[in-house]
Amino acid sequence: MSEATLHQERAAASLRLERTLIALAIVALIAAPFVVYPIFVMKMLCFALFACAFNLLLGYTGLLSFGHAAFFGGAAYFCAYAVKAWGWPPEAAILLGTAGAACMGLLMGFLAIRRQGIYFSMITLALAQMFYFFCVQAPFTEGEDGIQGVARGTLFGVVDLGVTLNMYFFVLGVFLIGVFAIWRIVHSPFGMILRSIRENENRAVSLGYSVGRYKLAAFVMSAALAGLAGATKAIVFQFATLTDVTWQMSGEVILMTLLGGIGTMAGPAVGAGLVVALENTLATSGFPVTIATGLIFMICVLIFRRGIVGEIYAKWLRRAEAGSNN
Amino acid sequence: MIFGIPIQALLGQLLVGLINGSFYAMLSLGLAIIFGLLRIINFAHGALYMLGAFIGYLLLVRLGIGYWPALVLVPLVVGLFGMAVERLALSRLYRLDPLYGLLFTFGLALVIEGVFRYYYGVSGNPYAVPALLAGGTNLGFMFLPNYRGWVVVASLIVCIGTWLLIEKTRLGSYLRAATENPELVQAFGVNVPLLLTLTYGLGAALAGLAGILAAPVYQVSPLMGSDLIIVVFAVVVVGGMGSIMGAIVTGYMLGLAEGLTKVFYPEASNLVVFVIMAIVLLLRPAGLFGRDA
Repeated sequence: MSEATLHQERAAASLRLERTLIALAIVALIAAPFVVYPIFVMKMLCFALFACAFNLLLGYTGLLSFGHAAFFGGAAYFCAYAVKAWGWPPEAAILLGTAGAACMGLLMGFLAIRRQGIYFSMITLALAQMFYFFCVQAPFTEGEDGIQGVARGTLFGVVDLGVTLNMYFFVLGVFLIGVFAIWRIVHSPFGMILRSIRENENRAVSLGYSVGRYKLAAFVMSAALAGLAGATKAIVFQFATLTDVTWQMSGEVILMTLLGGIGTMAGPAVGAGLVVALENTLATSGFPVTIATGLIFMICVLIFRRGIVGEIYAKWLRRAEAGSNN
Repeated sequence: MIFGIPIQALLGQLLVGLINGSFYAMLSLGLAIIFGLLRIINFAHGALYMLGAFIGYLLLVRLGIGYWPALVLVPLVVGLFGMAVERLALSRLYRLDPLYGLLFTFGLALVIEGVFRYYYGVSGNPYAVPALLAGGTNLGFMFLPNYRGWVVVASLIVCIGTWLLIEKTRLGSYLRAATENPELVQAFGVNVPLLLTLTYGLGAALAGLAGILAAPVYQVSPLMGSDLIIVVFAVVVVGGMGSIMGAIVTGYMLGLAEGLTKVFYPEASNLVVFVIMAIVLLLRPAGLFGRDA
């Protein structure tokens, strides 16, 4: 079998697997609130979208941002403030949060893409920490208390989000729209160029692509989608606090992506679900969460770099190949 | 009075800035050495600094071993710990993308910090200034606490000593050669894997030494490293990791800049290092002393 057809076989096999998984996941998510505590699933969905947005940058462009908490938490603040201080309806406030995160992404990305590799990560981390200090001091964030008691409001003036099931299906809708957007970006010609930058930046430059612009565009999109997740979370939990802008939060989203599988569509969502579930379990057990997350980090990096979904993909592909060879 | 600021206040804050700068310099020096040879950004550097301070504190409280012996013991222990980490884990990551080194050391930092938080809580523990350096000296224009003067002198000795070790000794020349071309140096019969282990150990020992020096200045707390490391990353971005001297000079400069900001615009003192980083990135993306972009 020639290399080209083998490659096509692989792509087809992974697409089949992806479609099956997605269909199963959507059915499970529609049934979930009737089985599991809905708030818990909503939290998972917000973090899953956050991790998928982060993966757009790490998995498909090869840029490790250590500052994504700034977009997630920043959007939560903007959204919560718009609802509480200006009385905006939830959909407008979420859009404002997303737009705010995109603007921050433009600023931070513009600075960070001036350096490559490991420096990029350090710059994003430092800029996010700067935003954290800004949030500690700025009056509109209400300091240590955070913005509390944010009303969930009425969606488009019709749907009362105070009802838990309404809230749930709204969050599910936001999640699906966000993930669909990421899927479209990744599978578009633009996404192909991003991947070529990840594989070999110098070659992409020599092919005539202005790599800087593509990186910046990917950074802004990733920031905006992370902001969408953060703003939605603020509406669900009715508050926005400093926790969401700390560097620990930036680390957490990296862990979710790494655990699930960098560069896979479903991986970050799976990782997010697991990390949120783990934290919920540990919160009652008294075992410190940071030790657990740190250990998972170390184990993933040493022996489990493909992540859970990445390993499943690899197995499936081997089977598909073995099947087509017979 | 200078610009309406009493000269005492100005000098006092400059001293605080110089102290902070001493720690920035020592830590970014260690980061630069490790990065130079291992191509790994050691996120655990802040945790190793905290580990140094805590080991010093525990030696004093549990075993009654004072500051001066601790000044030797702590870097030794932290250095050995670092060497074990390099042998067991980091050595497996060299062939991979450097991002994995960053992620591994990030996990390591979380674990070290988590363990100390679990057993000692988040509140700070005071570490008394050693008797020999208690009190202060009146310099005429300001009052200088002896210990703080000692920290500045000690950090200068450490920085210059490390610089001499790398630039002027045979071991240092191996190290620099291995940074340029590890395969070739290995072919000449130098044990490069051992050199890598020693380098990480040296970086870790420097962090530990900074920790024990910091113990009497700041409170010994599990969180003391993680807040510092991010500022040190900004320092490293400003200085560029191409040169050892660059890391040292940038560390002191940014410490002083922070001190000055505390006098004139205290609200921004947390932000100033990051703002300087942003400006440097705009004007000179490779960093002040950087060679590689």
